[in-house]
Amino acid sequence: MLYYILRRILYAVPIALGVSIVCFSLVYLAPGDPLQTLLPDDTPPEAVAELKAKYGFDRPVPMQYLFWLGNVLTGDFGTSIGTGRPVIEEIGRALSNTLLLGACAVAVAFTLAIIIGGVGGYLHGKVSDKVVTSIAIFGVSVPNYWLGIILVIVFAVELNLLPAVGMGKSGSQGFGLDLESLKYLILPTITLALVPLGIIARTVRASVAEVLGHEFVQTLRAKGLSERGVLRHVVKNAAAPVLAVMGLQFGHLIGGSIVVETVFSWPGTGFLLNNAILRRDVPILQGTILVLALMFVLTNLLVDLLQTTLDPRIRRA
Amino acid sequence: MLTQIPTQLSSIVDVDDLTVEFHGREGTVRPVNGVAFSLKAGEVLCILGESGSGKSVTLRALMRLLAPDRTRITGHVEVAGHDVLKASGRSMAALRGSTISMIFQEPMTAFDPVYTIGDQIAEMVAQHKGVSRRAGRTRALEMLELVQVPSAKRRLDAYPHELSGGLRQRAMIALALSCSPRVLLADEPTTALDATVQAQILLLLRSLQQELGMAVIFVTHDLGVAAEVSDRIAVMYAGRFVETGSVRDVLQDPVHPYTRGLLSSTVHGQPRGTRLQTIPGSPPDLRMLPPGCSFEPRCGEAIDRCRAAIPPPYTLKSGQCVRCVHAPQDLVPAE
Ligand SMILES: Nc1ncnc2c1ncn2[C@@H]1O[C@H](COP(=O)(O)OP(=O)(O)O)[C@@H](O)[C@H]1O
Ligand SMILES: [Mg+2]
Repeated sequence: MLYYILRRILYAVPIALGVSIVCFSLVYLAPGDPLQTLLPDDTPPEAVAELKAKYGFDRPVPMQYLFWLGNVLTGDFGTSIGTGRPVIEEIGRALSNTLLLGACAVAVAFTLAIIIGGVGGYLHGKVSDKVVTSIAIFGVSVPNYWLGIILVIVFAVELNLLPAVGMGKSGSQGFGLDLESLKYLILPTITLALVPLGIIARTVRASVAEVLGHEFVQTLRAKGLSERGVLRHVVKNAAAPVLAVMGLQFGHLIGGSIVVETVFSWPGTGFLLNNAILRRDVPILQGTILVLALMFVLTNLLVDLLQTTLDPRIRRA
Repeated sequence: MLTQIPTQLSSIVDVDDLTVEFHGREGTVRPVNGVAFSLKAGEVLCILGESGSGKSVTLRALMRLLAPDRTRITGHVEVAGHDVLKASGRSMAALRGSTISMIFQEPMTAFDPVYTIGDQIAEMVAQHKGVSRRAGRTRALEMLELVQVPSAKRRLDAYPHELSGGLRQRAMIALALSCSPRVLLADEPTTALDATVQAQILLLLRSLQQELGMAVIFVTHDLGVAAEVSDRIAVMYAGRFVETGSVRDVLQDPVHPYTRGLLSSTVHGQPRGTRLQTIPGSPPDLRMLPPGCSFEPRCGEAIDRCRAAIPPPYTLKSGQCVRCVHAPQDLVPAE
């Protein structure tokens, strides 16, 4: 078991390296020199060259990568071309905002999905199951930018109950733990939670229904277990596939949604990425994508390990 | 046990006019159509029949394990004094596993794959005996040793997929017997196993039955197995017991044409060189049973009377009970 865990962690290293190469080269796939778009056309060539040297754009690309990787490994992601502040600071702030929103969406989506999907799976084929399935399909098929805008129109504009955009009064960039700030969370949380809610609810429903169809469930009943006792077995059996999907959704949610964060002007990583793309802020782009991708890799690793402890058959592979 | 129990009361399982209907999209399937029998404590009854004749459904009905929303069970089932078809869900759960227990055909799929064997036995013991999981594990170890699982202590922490088919079926038996049931239902417990393992499991079951004195209902489609383990045989066809009697009587003097057909279509007890005969035709559609004897369309001796009504059970002098109008004339129809 320990050996398996170590092996899984070792596997993650080349994946992380691959991710870093992709992140780094992504920027070079786009045409144009990032500096050119930033500088006025009449910038003297010496100034351009000086800036190029400062950001390392004058070196051959593989050297640039190694140089960048070396810095990244020591925690230095460079400075933002747009704001001139260290990239790590920008990412840190955006990430904490996104994590806050993501955590709320995860809490809402996962809880509701388990309840909705569980009920659907248990009552497989009955009317309540059909209702539940419709909710799930609705969640998956409604585009979240549309839902976001509708929610804003209804609750912010028409009813004037909740704030439409931002994180708090006066364009605050940090979150306060007061009731007023909580209001800013509600609409983006709902908007962000809907798709993962639908996807996970469908998976939970399918897994529960599948497990209940297995022959061993009859053995459990023949053993004289109560419905609660049977449920304990169903949960552990259904957990592995559900966790896989949850892990993926978790990755998406903590990665931040460009669309949702833009609609609600939520200053998270999605918002940061969007601005970085518009401004061709290469260091920010590279740093943010790398951090998000690594978090994704880490989430997957954790899900893998969790699945392994739940289902002994996976260990053999 | 009291010494002077009236003979009628000493039966531990009493089944009367048991019918099972499944309601599905393609109509109503009737796999069990008026089964009646009783089983004394410590007796072994073998239900013999082709696949699809309703053996498994009958056993499941005895424990009320069939999905209640799509199934209609009628008739009367009494196990150790409990009215199974009328009992509450809670008292049924208390009965299952402790008083009446079941071994399934597929040891491969009968265990939960994500819990250890020990946990799965301990869980059942804890549920019925109200003891801790720890005590349950002690009992599980005892049971694995009883069913002769080698290095039982280690197997306690094994997952089902880590055991061979034979060991898994032994573990299944250990599970089923862990709360000392008075009735054991065994649904083709050896069919999924290799021939040598089959014999070992049969021997084990027989010796455990004698040691523990349980009543056993043993389902099989294998005549040899039936002859090996049972006191009485019930031959099942299209959801009815067409012939019931002691092993010797049924195997040596079969009366019902279906039983005779079954016997002549197996290798057991046939002189060498005899040609094996198969019964022509196929079993009836359980959605549309004929109004008379359901074997009549395949029967070489069918007459008009067979088609008119379902033959009542006739009891022969030997004690055999046969549902066939051709049964010898001197006998009395059972009421
Ligand atoms: N849950 C079910 N729903 C519908 N039909 C069923 C169900 N279980 C069994 N049957 C049908 O009942 C008949 C008898 O099945 P079974 O008792 O399993 O036969 P066997 O004698 O081989 O054990 C079969 O035709 C089978 O298709
Ligand atoms: Mg069967």
